[in-house]
Amino acid sequence: MRMAVSTNRILKVMESSQIQLLADWVKALRGTATARSSSLISDPELQAQCQELITLLSTALRNARLDAIDDPAWEPTREYLAGLSRSRGRQGFSPTETAMFVLSLKEPLFAHLRRAFAGDNEVQLLLDVWELGKLLDMLALYTTEVHQQAREEVIRRQTEEMLELSTPVIRLWDGILAMPLIGTLDSSRTQVVMESLLEQIVATRSPIAILDITGVPTVDTLTAQHLLKTVAATRLMGAECIISGIRPQIAQTIVHLGVELGDVITKASLADAFRLALKKLGHNPAQA
Amino acid sequence: MERIPILRMGDTLLVTVQVDMHDQLAVRLLDDLTEMITKARARGVLIDISALDMVDSFIGRMIGDVAATSRILDATTVVCGIQPAVAITLVELGMSLAGVRTALDVEKGMELLRAAAQD
Repeated sequence: MRMAVSTNRILKVMESSQIQLLADWVKALRGTATARSSSLISDPELQAQCQELITLLSTALRNARLDAIDDPAWEPTREYLAGLSRSRGRQGFSPTETAMFVLSLKEPLFAHLRRAFAGDNEVQLLLDVWELGKLLDMLALYTTEVHQQAREEVIRRQTEEMLELSTPVIRLWDGILAMPLIGTLDSSRTQVVMESLLEQIVATRSPIAILDITGVPTVDTLTAQHLLKTVAATRLMGAECIISGIRPQIAQTIVHLGVELGDVITKASLADAFRLALKKLGHNPAQA
Repeated sequence: MERIPILRMGDTLLVTVQVDMHDQLAVRLLDDLTEMITKARARGVLIDISALDMVDSFIGRMIGDVAATSRILDATTVVCGIQPAVAITLVELGMSLAGVRTALDVEKGMELLRAAAQD
């Protein structure tokens, strides 16, 4: 009951002194803004955004409860804030700055409320402020959440792209495949590496595959284990796997770790591995 | 009773697994094959499992056993056509089938057998 009263009172203030409220808000925003964030957005643009949000807030308040921003009537407001948060994220605003944009509406709005109902029921005024504060907090948190989601989306997409980019299988010669590995090898990547290499072996019927690890910065026991597994799997398929491009430090690490490479063929460079592969296929590298 | 056919080509035995291997079928294959090797005095065995797209540890072990048994009976054994998924599974299960010769396909497997026969 009291909340409905609050909603009506807030709405009344927002609608009756809309222009003044907007001016105050923009002034407050400019006051708190740092030099950096003011250079990121122009005055007319900021004003338009404030205007839009105030309009949306009044519309939502007219149709829905103050404390239920999940309500469909709040949908346009949420959508607008989500778009705002995303575009601000792209412009280089921090999540705090985006949240502060919403939170900074508190001060002018509270002031207007106080002015409109001065001398009136104090308890009701306190309740109005409380409810309004809660609402703006929720909306500000919502912008932060969207900001984070947008970030995570970017990270996920980049990870996927990297996975695809980093595992090309190259056909060096008739029957010889090469796979240059670049970057750190973790379990999920090795899985992709292994699968695409084995699939290409079947597709091209290549009896020899060269795994070049020149671009792998470090090797730990797990990475070595993954490499051995790939070699074992290629052997099972009836192809041979040569590992090339082992750097001096990596060779030392492998020995220190006590990893048994067994009968895996290793060569210093891709060129050496290629020469060996040609020889195994019965070509003479000196002629070829 | 279902069983996997064993074809004889000269002194080579050809086993092509075309159906899903289940445990009993694998055991039966091991029995049939050993018997056939001695009876036909085969020098080479070619096992093609390119149609097999799934293995478990038991089937993996049976493949290894078949190869090991025929080797003891003095027949060179080549397993060919192991699919990527099967190879990965076997490696993850820790069965690298050491001692088993492998080839990419039947053609390359036959080449291997011929080369071994000449030695």
